[in-house]
Amino acid sequence: MGVKLLLEKASVPGIRSYDVYRREGGYAAVEKALKEMSIEAIVEEVKKSGLRGRGGAGFPAGMKWSFIAKPEGVPRHLVCNADESEPGTFKDRYLMEFLPHLLIEGLIISSFALGSNDTYIYIRGEYAWVATILEEAILEATKNGWLGKNILGTGFDCMIHVHRGAGAYICGEETALIESLEGKRGNPRIKPPFPAIQGLWMRPTVVNNVETLAAIVPIIKMGGEEYAKIGVGRSTGTKLISACGNINKPGVYEIDMTISVEDFIYSDEYCGGIANGKKLKACIPGGSSVPILPANLLLKTAKGETRYMNYESLSDGGFATGSMMGSGGFIVLDEDQCIVKNTLTLARFYRHESCGQCSPCREGTGWMEKILQKIESGKGEMSDIDLLWDIQIKIEGNTICPLGDAAAWPVAAAIRHFRDEFEWHINHKELAQTSNFGLQHYADPIHVPA
Amino acid sequence: MSLQFNKEQMTEFNRLVAHYPEGKQKSALLPVLHLAQDSFGGWLPTEAMDYVASLLSIEPIEVYEVATFYSMYHLKPMGKFIFEVCQTGPCMISGSENIIAYIQRQLGIQPGETTKDGLFSLKLVECLGACGYAPMMQVGKIYKEHLTKDKVDAIIAEYRLQAKA
Ligand SMILES: Cc1cc2nc3c(=O)[nH]c(=O)nc-3n(C[C@H](O)[C@H](O)[C@H](O)COP(=O)(O)O)c2cc1C
Ligand code: SF4
Ligand code: FES
Repeated sequence: MGVKLLLEKASVPGIRSYDVYRREGGYAAVEKALKEMSIEAIVEEVKKSGLRGRGGAGFPAGMKWSFIAKPEGVPRHLVCNADESEPGTFKDRYLMEFLPHLLIEGLIISSFALGSNDTYIYIRGEYAWVATILEEAILEATKNGWLGKNILGTGFDCMIHVHRGAGAYICGEETALIESLEGKRGNPRIKPPFPAIQGLWMRPTVVNNVETLAAIVPIIKMGGEEYAKIGVGRSTGTKLISACGNINKPGVYEIDMTISVEDFIYSDEYCGGIANGKKLKACIPGGSSVPILPANLLLKTAKGETRYMNYESLSDGGFATGSMMGSGGFIVLDEDQCIVKNTLTLARFYRHESCGQCSPCREGTGWMEKILQKIESGKGEMSDIDLLWDIQIKIEGNTICPLGDAAAWPVAAAIRHFRDEFEWHINHKELAQTSNFGLQHYADPIHVPA
Repeated sequence: MSLQFNKEQMTEFNRLVAHYPEGKQKSALLPVLHLAQDSFGGWLPTEAMDYVASLLSIEPIEVYEVATFYSMYHLKPMGKFIFEVCQTGPCMISGSENIIAYIQRQLGIQPGETTKDGLFSLKLVECLGACGYAPMMQVGKIYKEHLTKDKVDAIIAEYRLQAKA
């Protein structure tokens, strides 16, 4: 059994309610932070913990907090990013649904450290029942004196507000989220200015992921140094992984980041192996935006070393032979799956979700979808593969926000590692129209680019 | 103006607006549009959007541009129950295509259509954050997960019954 810092109490009956959560030691971290620690000391512990943002980019949380501007007389805000819309990712939902008070506890401490009297949880609109769970928990916490005016006699006032989005992946991007929270379309802003200087209502703002903010609780309880001892290298603490696709046990798992990818997939404690006795073909280890890896490169790096479930190891080899930890959305594909088709569904997703502000993203995502559709349905030409490659290169790095990159990477990686599958669709037009591409067509050893 | 929130809906409106500072009431637009859609028959006619604009003291265009941006707002009348089935990668590799085809057959409609009796609409949507419980769909505020053909039949029967009640 691995270390559990976040989900330790998830299976305690009734833990969603305040009374049970409190009985199990809940809100002790708020007491400690607000009564015994200074703001500087809290930020220092978070820095020492090495906690990296769990929303996808992995930016050190303590450092982000220390960037927040503190102009005299201007309110500051903490915003919790619960937009969770990256395909393959459903960990924040689990945390909020089963342990709402853990998030609230983390939010109170973080709000105190950042000086946010009004903190917002921006939750994706579809999670309507989760929003209700959070609102009930906030009410309970308020009744018990953990939120409201003069919390624990410290003079610190704090309210947490739940704000429901309305269906737009782009609102997970922090500046689009802020626009949306202001009641506008989710068009990302050009940075700088960064939210830490001018964010919500042009006030200094920190946006953090749900899991990042929940992790503040164990960090305060055990101290940053102890937290940093868990894991390896710059991958400290524990990480929630939402595993899905063709595995025996899809679900949300808390791992300490020393476990190998192979153990994660095959051990009974986690994914429990590939479903229906099939073989592992490929995996998108960190949410739909990160590069897909074929089985061999997933389990071992290009150098032949074991690959582990942490930031450094998953990205070992760069995009040529590696991938990314991303949001922790772990999507497993078995031998029967068609990479072209899977990539097509992702391209359609990004076309649908592009906000349309920049032409490379707006036009490029549409073209990629169309070309993939053409190839998948057995109407493609060889030149289409090169065209696809060319379009993704022209999108990457040429847009206002990283959604452009996120749309380009899955297409690039699919061509890089599974070009033969694209070619098969073009060389076997009739078969491509009637059947799905599976491992039986995939006898060649997997090509590793230099 | 004939479309108006009733007393209870007005209380909810005031609760939503109170989350934001003085003068920042526009921030309540998304939550208020949800309320309007739920209150006015499951979609947002222009009249409803204009009403929301007047309540929040903003221009109607500020409401239109938001209502057209977000996928959860419906700009035309929908069936009483909307089956929003996820079609993105993780659901697709877990068998969503078969489920979508089955729902189409059982309801006799294509994606984007509504049954003649006005009960069901079918809509294909992108990842709803339930990939580990695939295939799945959302009906109103509820997620229906681990869908099988039998489960789809039961769900359709459940809503038919609910419509009669
Ligand atoms: C297109 C796009 C979608 C994103 N979606 C999310 C999301 O759903 N949840 C999230 O926490 N971060 C998301 N992010 C990352 C946020 O912009 C931001 O980096 C993050 O919320 C910061 O929190 P963290 O430092 O705690 O990870 C997204 C980024 C992009 C570019
Ligand atoms: S990259 Fe795409 S989503 Fe991001 S701002 Fe540009 S058009 Fe919008
Ligand atoms: S892909 Fe269907 S819920 Fe995520």
